Order: sequence, then C-alpha cells, then structure tokens
Amino acid sequence: MKNFKLIIALVIVASLASCGDKRSPQIQYMPDMYESTPYDTDAENGLNGNPVNRKPVAGTIPIGGHPAYDIADTNEGYEKAKADLKNPLERNEANLANGKAMYTIYCTSCHGKKGDGNGHLSKTEKFLGIPNYKDRDLTEGSIYHVLMHGKNLMGSHSSQLTYKERWQIVQYVEVLRADLLK
Amino acid sequence: MKSVALHNRLTSLLFKSITFLLLFAFTITSNAQDVDEARHKEGRKLFKSQCASCHKLDKKLIGPKLGGVESRRENDWLKSWIKNNAALRASGDADAIAIYEEYNGSVMTAFPALTDQNIDDILYYTTVGEIKKVAEVKLEGTSTDGATGGGAPSWVIMILAAAIIVAFIMIASLLKQVNELKGNKKPEVQSNLKRDLQELWVGIQKNTFLHVLFVIFALLMSAYVVFGTLFSVGVDQGYQPVQPIVFSHKIHAGDNKIDCQYCHSSAKHSKHSGIPSVNVCMNCHKSIAEVADNTVVVLEDRTLEKAELDKEIAKVYRAAGWDADKLEYTGDTKPIKWVRIHNLPDFVYFNHSQHVTVAGVQCQKCHGPVEEMEEMYQHSPLTMGWCIDCHRQTDVDLKGNEYYAKIHEQLAKKYGVEKVTAAQLGGLECGKCHY
Repeated sequence: MKNFKLIIALVIVASLASCGDKRSPQIQYMPDMYESTPYDTDAENGLNGNPVNRKPVAGTIPIGGHPAYDIADTNEGYEKAKADLKNPLERNEANLANGKAMYTIYCTSCHGKKGDGNGHLSKTEKFLGIPNYKDRDLTEGSIYHVLMHGKNLMGSHSSQLTYKERWQIVQYVEVLRADLLK
Repeated sequence: MKSVALHNRLTSLLFKSITFLLLFAFTITSNAQDVDEARHKEGRKLFKSQCASCHKLDKKLIGPKLGGVESRRENDWLKSWIKNNAALRASGDADAIAIYEEYNGSVMTAFPALTDQNIDDILYYTTVGEIKKVAEVKLEGTSTDGATGGGAPSWVIMILAAAIIVAFIMIASLLKQVNELKGNKKPEVQSNLKRDLQELWVGIQKNTFLHVLFVIFALLMSAYVVFGTLFSVGVDQGYQPVQPIVFSHKIHAGDNKIDCQYCHSSAKHSKHSGIPSVNVCMNCHKSIAEVADNTVVVLEDRTLEKAELDKEIAKVYRAAGWDADKLEYTGDTKPIKWVRIHNLPDFVYFNHSQHVTVAGVQCQKCHGPVEEMEEMYQHSPLTMGWCIDCHRQTDVDLKGNEYYAKIHEQLAKKYGVEKVTAAQLGGLECGKCHY
C-alpha cells in the first residue's frame, strides 16, 4: 500500500505542475462574463461567418469622416495630385507638433529624423536607396498621394493614419524639406 | 552487398572531391579576375543609395534585375536612359518604350545629377557583383544535422522519467517482499543509527502535541494551495500561446527599432490597440522576402534559423496573396488567425487611447519588455488590484490642459496636494470601468 500512496502523491504533483502550463489559458470562473456576446474586434466569427473586420461599404462615409480619396494610383493620378491637391489644414504649431509625432512613428525608420533618407533601416541596409527629400520635386499634393498609395517599394500608409494625421505629416515633411534645401 | 556499399561510397567521395576541386578552381578564377576595388566601392555606394530602392542585382524588384546589365544593353543607351529615361522614350527609342510597357508604365526617376563616370562605376559594380570575402564551400553532408533537431516535447520526457522512477520503486519493494517470503530474514543486528531512528519515529507517533502541530501545518498548507489556485482563476500572467507565425518582437521592435504604433496603429485613437492587418506587414515585407543571413530566433523549445524563418515570411505572403516570384497580388487572401493573449473580461472597460494618447503611458509599462521578447507573452496580471495600484501611483500631467484647468485646481486644493493622481481624478470609481 505504501507504493499506492507514492503513486497518488506523484499524480498530484504532476497535475499541479501541468496547471503552470503557459501555452494554454487559465480556467475562467463563469466564462460568459469573460467572453463577449457582441462581436469582438478582430474576431474571426463575424456576420455570415466572415471575420469581424470588414471594409466599409463602398461609397459610405463615417460620421465626421471625409470622402474617400479618389485620385487613382497611376502616373497621371500622381501628376494630378501633385498639381491640384491642396492641404486643407492651416499651418500652425499644434498641427506641426502632431505631424512630427506621427512622422517619428511612421516615417523615421526609413526616411530618417531629418528626411535625408538615413533612417535606422536604411543605415542597417534593410532598405536601400531611400531618397533624400531635397533630391525630389515634391508638393503637398504629391506627398499626400504617395502616403495614400505608396510608391515603388514604399507601401500605402493610409490604413495606419487618419485623414488629419496624413495632412499633418505632409505639413511636417514640407518643413523638413525646406530645412534640407537650405 | 558490402562491396556495393563500399563502391557507392567511393563513387560519392570521388564526386564530392571533383565538385570541391571545381568549386575551388572557380573561386580561384573569380578571384583572379582583377577587381578595381576603388571603382567597385564607389559603384556599390552609388548603387545602394540611388538604385537599390527599385533594383536588385540578382532578381526583379520594382524594376528589372541589373546584374550583368552591360552585356544586355549598349553603354550609351544605358547612360541616356539613366540620365533621363522620359526624354529617351519621347525620342521614340523602341527599346526604351518596350521596357516602359513591360513594367506597366512605372516611371523610373531621372538622374541628371549622375556623371558619366558615376554611371560607369555603377555599371562596373553591376557587372562584377558582390565580392565575397570568404568562399563558402559547403559539402552536402553538413546540411543534414538540422533534421534531427526536433526531438520529443519535454512533457513526454518528464512523464517517461516519472514512470521509470515509479517502476523502479515498485520493483525494488517487490524484490524485498519476495526475499522476505523466501525466508531470508532480515539481519539480526541493525546498525545503531537505524535503531535510534526507529525509536524516534515511535516516539513521534505517540506525541499528541506533534499531532496537533502537524494538523495545523497541513491545514495551513492546504489553505495556501486552495487560495493560490482560486486567485489564479482567470489570471493569465505569463500566458504564451503558440502563434500561427513565429513573429519575433525582438527583431521588429528591438533590432529594427520599429515603433510599436507603426503596426498597432489604432492604439492612439481606439479602445483596441489592434492587430495589424497584413497590408501593414507587406509595407516592409514586399521587399524583404528573406531574413538576414545570421538571423536566429531562439524559442524555449526550439531554435529557428534562416531556412525556417524564411518560411515564416512565406506564410505572410500566403495570407496577403502575394506572389513573390511575379511580384504581384493574386487576390487570394487568407486571414492569419493570431491567438489573442491579452484579454480583459467583458465586464470591464479599458481604453487604449486614453492611456496611450491622453496619459502618454509607455506601452512597456503594461506589456513589459516587448522589444526583447522573441515570443510574445502576457507580462502583467491584468487584475483589478494591478490597475488600481497604478492609478494610485500615477500623477496626472495637468500642464497645457486649459479646458480642465479649473477642476484640476479644485481637486488639488481638496486633496491638499500639488500633483493629482489618476485615482484622485476618479480612477477608483467603480462606474469608470464597470458599467
């Protein structure tokens, strides 16, 4: 019988040890209070078996939103944006400050703090040939167009930034470019 | 059979040595060709800074591959194309128009600033290619070590070890019993120490005080275990599920210094920090199809090297529907089913933007040193006590917030402090988070 006790002890130790398994979540007391009845953001089980995240219905604008950017991602579109598109924001401290903050998050990795193309990823040769802003003929329209659609190896950053933030970045990039051209 | 095996081995040895010799000869010839180091260096520098954003030497990127381009085009044509390709196309040059059409009319930037000498240096670099300092000769035999690296998971080994120990103990006691049944009596004379221990044990068994002490101890222990178990219900600190793609935050946020919010971009405006959609991955991985040569991801149970990591990037391509050879989207997308780690219960409200944008709290404060994590895990307990502790300690930055200036002043007066904590601002009220 002594062995029997030993086996029981071993089983208990083993079961306690398996509770510390970090690959599976802990048990939940009353899971219906943890798991949301409404759809969770990013969940896979949305309407009709589709993931919850869907693209907005074409042609709709959210409240407080702006009409979709309709200049096409073509050479003609680029020229059109370059010539016609104007920044709707007024140039002031607040806009520039947030433009700088957003630029630091989304652009510095490649374009560098000063916009000279010497970002961390450029220095470590992960991305090569990032142009210096002063070497390119940029207008506020063309900067915005490239932010929306991307250009060559640069991808579109429209999903990560709001309408206002994009124009604030445009403002800040123009300031950087003016500094580089000095 | 033996002679055949020997023969096979001899042949393969012969083949290997021939290959080796050939490789050796090749490296010698490639080294023997005179490389003008200065020109090569200059050309490489120019290529990396001006051309590499769209061209690679060995494969197509945005534009065609440029390795050995001199053998395919005339030098003069290349010069006029590089300096101003639009003008060349306008002049009606058939080749120029053809290549423009082939790449769907993506315009190459004009480089009027490059001199003829610059262009010659670049072309020289494209012809010579990268100079490898160390000729890497790898024999076939060496590549098979990786295959045996898998092994059984550790828990199987643990269970097996436990079973073996139990079996040993059982066998030992059985042998002892058999021995006794056979009539082999225990030796009469026991050592002094053993007899003393036996007497001590008898004494302990008869002592009531010790019995009481033991019961109290057992009760305390079991209470500790029970409460410990109860308090861990629903607390997932340290939870580290296996994700569908081995994504290393250490490489992305640590080594490459990409800002957290570059990918988790909704943290600044929304309740959720958001899991990036694959288009965000593709912003970089469109051109990065392979990890750098010496990249290693060390997980607890396995180590991934370049070959395995490249397959992980291929998973991103599959999700995005990106054809890495043709460099275009196929439209056949498959969402990546990431496993959620941080999950607050439905009965508590938490908002990322309030903490990230309004309070300016660093991501690491709650999520821990993510930039050092090869594999993501939950750093904080995410319990209510943990929230409250932080609210009690965190001073609210009251500067530059004119809208609330008056109420901030009143609060500071009420509590007799200069700096108001999040708790004093209402960070302890039940209804702020539970409603």
